[in-house]
Amino acid sequence: MHREPRSREFYLLAIFFAVFVLFLYGPLSAVLILSFQGPNGGLTFPLNGVSLRWFANLFETQAVGDFGGSFRRSAMLGIMVMLVTVAVSLLAGLAFRRGFIGATALFYLAVASLVVPSIIVSLGIGVLFNQLGLQPAWYSSGFGAHLTWTLPFGVLIMFAVFNRFSPAYEEAARDLGASSWQTFSNVVLPMIAPSLIGVGLFGFTLSYDEFARTLMTSGSFNTLPLEIYGMTTNVTTPVLYALGTVTTVFSFLVIAGTLGLIVHLNRRRLKS
Amino acid sequence: MLTGDDAMATITSSETGKVGRVRNSGFRLPLAVISYLQAIPLTLILGFFLLLPILMITVVSFWDYDFAQMYPDFLTMNYEETLGSWVTWKTYLNTLKFAVLVWAITLVIGFWVAYFLAFHIRTTSMQMVLFLVCTVPFLTSNIIRMISWIPVLGRNGLINSALVNSGLISNPIEWLLYSDFAVVLAMVHLYTLFMVTPIFNTLMRIDKSLVEAARDAGASSWQILTNVIIPLAKPGMAIGTIFVVTLVMADFSTVQVMSGGQSASVALMMKNQMSLLQYPAAAANAVVLLALVLTMVAGILRVVDIRKEL
Repeated sequence: MHREPRSREFYLLAIFFAVFVLFLYGPLSAVLILSFQGPNGGLTFPLNGVSLRWFANLFETQAVGDFGGSFRRSAMLGIMVMLVTVAVSLLAGLAFRRGFIGATALFYLAVASLVVPSIIVSLGIGVLFNQLGLQPAWYSSGFGAHLTWTLPFGVLIMFAVFNRFSPAYEEAARDLGASSWQTFSNVVLPMIAPSLIGVGLFGFTLSYDEFARTLMTSGSFNTLPLEIYGMTTNVTTPVLYALGTVTTVFSFLVIAGTLGLIVHLNRRRLKS
Repeated sequence: MLTGDDAMATITSSETGKVGRVRNSGFRLPLAVISYLQAIPLTLILGFFLLLPILMITVVSFWDYDFAQMYPDFLTMNYEETLGSWVTWKTYLNTLKFAVLVWAITLVIGFWVAYFLAFHIRTTSMQMVLFLVCTVPFLTSNIIRMISWIPVLGRNGLINSALVNSGLISNPIEWLLYSDFAVVLAMVHLYTLFMVTPIFNTLMRIDKSLVEAARDAGASSWQILTNVIIPLAKPGMAIGTIFVVTLVMADFSTVQVMSGGQSASVALMMKNQMSLLQYPAAAANAVVLLALVLTMVAGILRVVDIRKEL
């Protein structure tokens, strides 16, 4: 690639991009800073001293609902959704790749799952469970509601992955005498592993942050986003920001860990 | 949609070409059966948690109800009440207004960000790093990102105190927070990535030699942009549009939190009906909203085949 001097267009766009990134992260950092607000400080700047008071406040059950319990439920639900999303999307991706009668209909059903307003899914599952005489709970109706949001992403990603996947590798493996299971587990799976981890990350974070779909389906125990949503209307202290900081830092750790894993896998594959 | 089926057919035929060579060792399920087995989990989950609930909503929208429960019936009352009220029409118009505004703004921002990443960043690793910088906030909580505007836009927020302190204005601007402006700003903040990603994806697939050829033929960079890149980016824009429009049409939390209860959207109206246990009324609204959203998406899908763009 030949290097030409950067044009004026480049600098204009670079500034635009920088402003965009500031727009994305600026408000978030305001929350981060304000969560260390002093004991007498309010919801806005300036900082009235610095303290960890609002973080301590999080763990007193009377101050904010059930933070610990809702966090555990959300994390657990996220993991369940992640595992099912990865497995089901992978299977569906393999099926779509080979093709079958009804593939188009199923594909558009998955797209529909993406575009149907989340509150309609929430209402529908809530009413359905009600009519079937089932008790809605985060691990049954909530779980299903989250899957209608994460699975389409998983399926679309797998679709994109297999669109770019050359069958030559499998043919080579088969020519060398590998069974179809060996071809899958020793050739295909390692090659698509980073994408599967990506699907898992999507599954976990989308579920962990989802609340419109949980609104009618969580049953008697709240997930974390529902808890936070409830707090926006009745909490007027920086404890809200402390909670925001804690869950955002948790999300960042999950994302960083996953990306690290993907980079590690790619390096190892390049070496071998 | 024909082209998509053709693509599917080519995949199928190239696959079946290999099938003939599979060894006959031991028991083996026919490949067609395996495909169906692999597709079953997705079908079952979407069937039970998407199709069945939507059917249920459609049925319930014709039911009668009082303050405590619903009664199976076949009434068009819920639709008459919904569609006969000017409040509903105003709410739909308001929702559409948000959709159009957010769509236009995210399209402009999304295109330029994607264009910068795809055509002005020279190394793939730098492209990936910058793309991730854009992506990470979208993997964190929507509500927290919404709330984070409060200390920035509020009456005593960062922007107002900066403007007052610098002497530009004497009184804080009131319409920054709890207004339609705040709603649109927060939605743009929440949903822009859904426009950036598909456009970035299509731009990355544009053969760079096309751009070289245009330049050799004497096109200015503006001409290259308008005659080569933007036409080729249209499928990505269409997919981004599907995401942004459906997300805005379905939104109730941003409207509620950022307008401070002063603005309305269809989904917020539904949510209020749900909290009053007026499920059949909410269901009628849901059916109307769903019909509207699916019509919009179907219209966009006529111009773009998602499967070819993935």
